Amino acid sequence: MSAPLLDVKNLSVAFDVSKPWLNRMIERQDKLFLKAVDNVSFSINKGETFALVGESGSGKSTIARLIVGLLGPSSGDVLFEGKSLSAGLEGAEARRLRRRFQMIFQDPFASLNPRWHVGDIIAEPLRVFRTETGAKRRERVAELLSLVGLSPEDAARFPHQFSGGQRQRVAIARALAANPDFIVCDEPTSALDVSVQAQILNLMKDLQRQLGLTYLFISHDLSVVRHMADRIGVLYLGRLAEVADAKTLFTARQHPYTRMLLDAVPDLEMTGRTRKPVEGEIPSPLDPPSGCAFNPRCPLANARCRTERPELREYGPTWAACHAVEEGRDKTV
Amino acid sequence: MTQPVLSVEGLTVQFPTRRGILTAVDDVSFAINPGEVLGVVGESGAGKSMTGSAIIGLIEPPGRIAAGEIKLHGERIDNVSSDRMRKIRGRKIGMIFQDPLTSLNPLYTIAEQLIETIRRHLPLSHADARKRAIALLDDVGIPDAARRIDDYPHQFSGGMRQRVVIALALCADPDLVIADEPTTALDVSVQAQIIDVMKRLCADRGAAIMLITHDMGVIAETADRVAVMYAGRVAEIGPVEKVIRSAAHPYTQGLMGSIPTLSTDEDRLTQIPGAMPRLSAIPAGCAFNPRCPKVFDRCYHDRPDPLPHEDRRVACWLYDKAEAEA
Repeated sequence: MSAPLLDVKNLSVAFDVSKPWLNRMIERQDKLFLKAVDNVSFSINKGETFALVGESGSGKSTIARLIVGLLGPSSGDVLFEGKSLSAGLEGAEARRLRRRFQMIFQDPFASLNPRWHVGDIIAEPLRVFRTETGAKRRERVAELLSLVGLSPEDAARFPHQFSGGQRQRVAIARALAANPDFIVCDEPTSALDVSVQAQILNLMKDLQRQLGLTYLFISHDLSVVRHMADRIGVLYLGRLAEVADAKTLFTARQHPYTRMLLDAVPDLEMTGRTRKPVEGEIPSPLDPPSGCAFNPRCPLANARCRTERPELREYGPTWAACHAVEEGRDKTV
Repeated sequence: MTQPVLSVEGLTVQFPTRRGILTAVDDVSFAINPGEVLGVVGESGAGKSMTGSAIIGLIEPPGRIAAGEIKLHGERIDNVSSDRMRKIRGRKIGMIFQDPLTSLNPLYTIAEQLIETIRRHLPLSHADARKRAIALLDDVGIPDAARRIDDYPHQFSGGMRQRVVIALALCADPDLVIADEPTTALDVSVQAQIIDVMKRLCADRGAAIMLITHDMGVIAETADRVAVMYAGRVAEIGPVEKVIRSAAHPYTQGLMGSIPTLSTDEDRLTQIPGAMPRLSAIPAGCAFNPRCPKVFDRCYHDRPDPLPHEDRRVACWLYDKAEAEA
């Protein structure tokens, strides 16, 4: 097996959400931290699609921002081809590495500058990384536009002249401009209608095959993830609950949270069947439960789950962080 | 045959603008029977929410109902005074909107909002209304309802807030509940709970539901019948299993193919080329003709009306008997 393209090691980030100093002094409160990402490790191989799924507040988008460097980690490291990204890259090397990973954001209405021509938006990475100039740059923009299924003449138009799906195509063209190897896609289709979502997902798959891209795909929609991903990591309250092959996760899931999540998805095949309603909601990340974060909602929880935090361990084809799986308690239910 | 709770005949909603009249809902007809769940699906801009707003008389001017009739228990409600409509809204028709934060007033406690609504519609004393409110909150699954009723909306989580909104919609025992994207703002695990509560309560009370959503999965498990809307028109309407498993209209077929599922392993999703036309540029003939794989001459000139096909109605010339014989 080849070395992974991206290696995330024990990544944690905490946000300071304390009240102002004077309030703290008067109300005698300590500083308050929100652990958005808590000791998360995974690796992504070249050419594969790794997906992170989870409900809102599980830390998916924070991880995406940490990887592309929009946020700095509190501890842990992100390695890209073995080189640490958090150690503070500088100068030419930073530029060389940064060129190789790009990001696609959720909302194509917010991620494109409304005052720029689409051509300028797509050319921006080329300008920043000084890869092409003048007529060559225009040629490259035209090539990128046709690659994502738009016409080269669209370069002279403004974002508001496009529909949501077309805007997301522009965002993809911009991400591809600098010839990256690795693209972080943060909910790329959740702002789109289903028929348009299908177009964008197909386009992303085609581009991956054509250009040998590696994706980190972030979504809350399990059926989209199943369609796109080779491997999947399930996040719950900033921690990884389970990591497995896409096929394995859907057929032989281990962690009780993954089971619950999969049972809760409405599906076209559900007609006439009722899905299992889930107990409870995600607890506040400000005050996560002790032990396993899932224990208040877990049907298999026992005393150990409430005190001791489970580590991610290998069980056959999947990795899960669960005491019940480790002790085989899950088989009895 | 029982009389439907709601029947909509040829409903047309138009918006006059500087560039001409836009037709957001175009000749839409359907009926909902007592206790039935009718799903209304479509992509954004298909006119599904506008249909809902027209029924409850909440279309914002300059929009107006240009043609058609809306009947509640056989009585027209599209042309009544706003005073009368206000009494119907809440009493006969309950509403659940997408975002629970905007449908609750942040300055009042849940108790105040529920009691006010109950007393407006039912002849109850304050104390009785409070009892009823607590019982309702209990029904929608809010733990410790007697204490939490005095909390403010911000003290509830998203799923709990949506439960409060459901309680608010049901507090005067309406005959019809219009739920516009009730679960879209919620996480999947909470979504299942909300749908469960909504279905159970409406079944208990015999209330019919008009469920407006873009999520076919939610429709599949909740609705009895489904109406698929496209560009302001009904493309196909029929029993939910039939529409999902053997869609007749080419748009419905494309829509079903474009939804990734958990159980199948297809490499590519079927895609419908293009996007829904803007209201200002709806093509002549069938609105779907620029994207339709089975388009033929007639589709460019004549507009199809929903025609009976098996046990549903489909607005497509492919299913016109006269055409087939010709």
